[in-house]
Amino acid sequence: MYYLKLVFKNIFRHKLRSLLTLLGLVVAILAFGLLQSVVNAWYAGSDMASARRLVARNAVSLVFPLPIYYRERIRAVDGVTAVGTSNWFGGIYRDMTPANFFAQFAVDHENFFDLYSEFRTRPEELLAWKKDRRGALVGRLLADQYGWRVGDVIPLKGTIYPGTWEFVVRGIYEPRDESTITRQLYFHWDLLNEEIKLKYPRRAEQVGVFVVGIADGSRAAEISQAIDREFRNSLAETLTETEKAFQLSFIAQTETIIAAVRIVSFVVIVIIFAVVANTMAMTARERLAEYATLKTIGFGPAFVGALIIGESLMITALGGAVGILATFPAAAAFKAAMGSFFPVFKVAPETVAMQVACALVVGLLAGLLPSIRAARVKIVDGLRYIG
Amino acid sequence: MSASPGAGTRPIVLITNLAKGYRRGDQHVPVLFDISLSIPEGDFIALMGPSGSGKSTLLNLIAGIDKPDSGELLVDGEDITRLSESELADWRASHVGFIFQFYNLMPVLDAFENVELPLLLTSLSRRERRERVDMALALVGLTDRRDHYPNELSGGQQQRVAIARAFIADPTIIVADEPTGDLDRKSAGEILALLRRLNEEMGKTIIMVTHDWHAVESARHVVHLEKGELVDDKKGADSFSASSATASGKGI
Repeated sequence: MYYLKLVFKNIFRHKLRSLLTLLGLVVAILAFGLLQSVVNAWYAGSDMASARRLVARNAVSLVFPLPIYYRERIRAVDGVTAVGTSNWFGGIYRDMTPANFFAQFAVDHENFFDLYSEFRTRPEELLAWKKDRRGALVGRLLADQYGWRVGDVIPLKGTIYPGTWEFVVRGIYEPRDESTITRQLYFHWDLLNEEIKLKYPRRAEQVGVFVVGIADGSRAAEISQAIDREFRNSLAETLTETEKAFQLSFIAQTETIIAAVRIVSFVVIVIIFAVVANTMAMTARERLAEYATLKTIGFGPAFVGALIIGESLMITALGGAVGILATFPAAAAFKAAMGSFFPVFKVAPETVAMQVACALVVGLLAGLLPSIRAARVKIVDGLRYIG
Repeated sequence: MSASPGAGTRPIVLITNLAKGYRRGDQHVPVLFDISLSIPEGDFIALMGPSGSGKSTLLNLIAGIDKPDSGELLVDGEDITRLSESELADWRASHVGFIFQFYNLMPVLDAFENVELPLLLTSLSRRERRERVDMALALVGLTDRRDHYPNELSGGQQQRVAIARAFIADPTIIVADEPTGDLDRKSAGEILALLRRLNEEMGKTIIMVTHDWHAVESARHVVHLEKGELVDDKKGADSFSASSATASGKGI
């Protein structure tokens, strides 16, 4: 009790110094939490990936398409339960600002949504979409962002597929949980194919990727190999992988950026460690005479050392707690501003655990050397010290 | 707290051939030479001498906050030179009350809490501690200042808190390093009167380092140090060296 009282009272002896150190800690822990959440958000797409979905693409590059007739041959592979098609559309809505960017896919309308159980659709809306060639199914997040309702017309300017394309919202799908990204627009592949056939016949009857449903996730490697074997030595060989691996291959392109973000998040912690360590070193040096007095009275070196470690830990615990609490509103604000880039942006429990661990490790290490010094200082030397 | 007015004959501090030096780089600088001294229980000793004579070093050795290079130092029959650091810490908690020139109170604790500090190392209950601290504060005349922090007290009041802290755990000896050195004459007089009371009414053995001749008048005996040696016994109707206590060393 007395120990805690001493520790707590000591923290606020130099109010300005303590408040500045606390402020630094809050900012550091907050920044660490946000940066870690950014890294997590980067992987949100792969987190959403199902173990029972494979993606088959052109083995040369994703830029090259695959013939649509592969669909039936893939469907015939043992273990495959369903095959969907998907083309990246890449249209521009309103303007080219990042805020107005969202993914659009031309998909096999008959069974594509059967493959994505995490997209919750209303049966009547799904049916309406299937029936309307110009219909679009949009995610909840996207619909909320633009205030779209069923019946609204969405104009998109094509880039890969030139021209102005208009779609009618026929349904809004909901997420199964918060890890589900609902910031996409889906429309009929048939419509795209027809338009392309008229304008660019050589580009018709082709798909970007096949999404392959399988019954047994543990057979993913085996089935992937079987699909790729099916098209070996053809004009368009396939590369089939799990949906997660497919998503991670996109992330791999930005791996350096993610690594940089990760490093920066830890650099922030190292910097705040230096700040807290400096504060504790100054604090302990100033109080050497007090520690010597305590020793003179009969308190042992362990008590003196524990006073400094305790003070360091209490400072980092306070700063860490406020920093963690501040991470949640900051993450919400970040998501509001950057939602187009990070549709799933949340502070994961693992991130909070890492923030707690960082605060405690910083507190422990920052107080360690000063506490050892204070514990070891000879009483006569300590009493002579004028802080 | 025991009460045995006047100095007894039993030596509470017995020093034999004590020597102490410090290292300054590669050099060994001797501070105390072959000191032998016996202080009877209940005595009030003033250790005097010029700066650098070794009086504070001797006081630190007696208080167990420093260790001699050689010699024997018995306090209440126990040779404290043989104790380890942690044993010395425990020994100080129960045997020594220390009064510093600059009070050395904990600035974040109020007067009550400062006085209570040594009792935290005892097995006393909270209620017993409170009773003792209240009594000690009453003795030093600071009952109405119990909730005041050191920066809210005058120098004299701070030193009185320090004195209460020094005797609260009923130590075997009280050592004071220039307790009036930072005080005006009036406050110094009050502090010396308080120390005399501790000695005369409560029988506390007090060893005080001082430069102040007024302070010397409060002591029963004076031990004079020069260049690390005991040189004289300046005062003492009880004949410090002839009867119950002896001071010896080179130059006596």
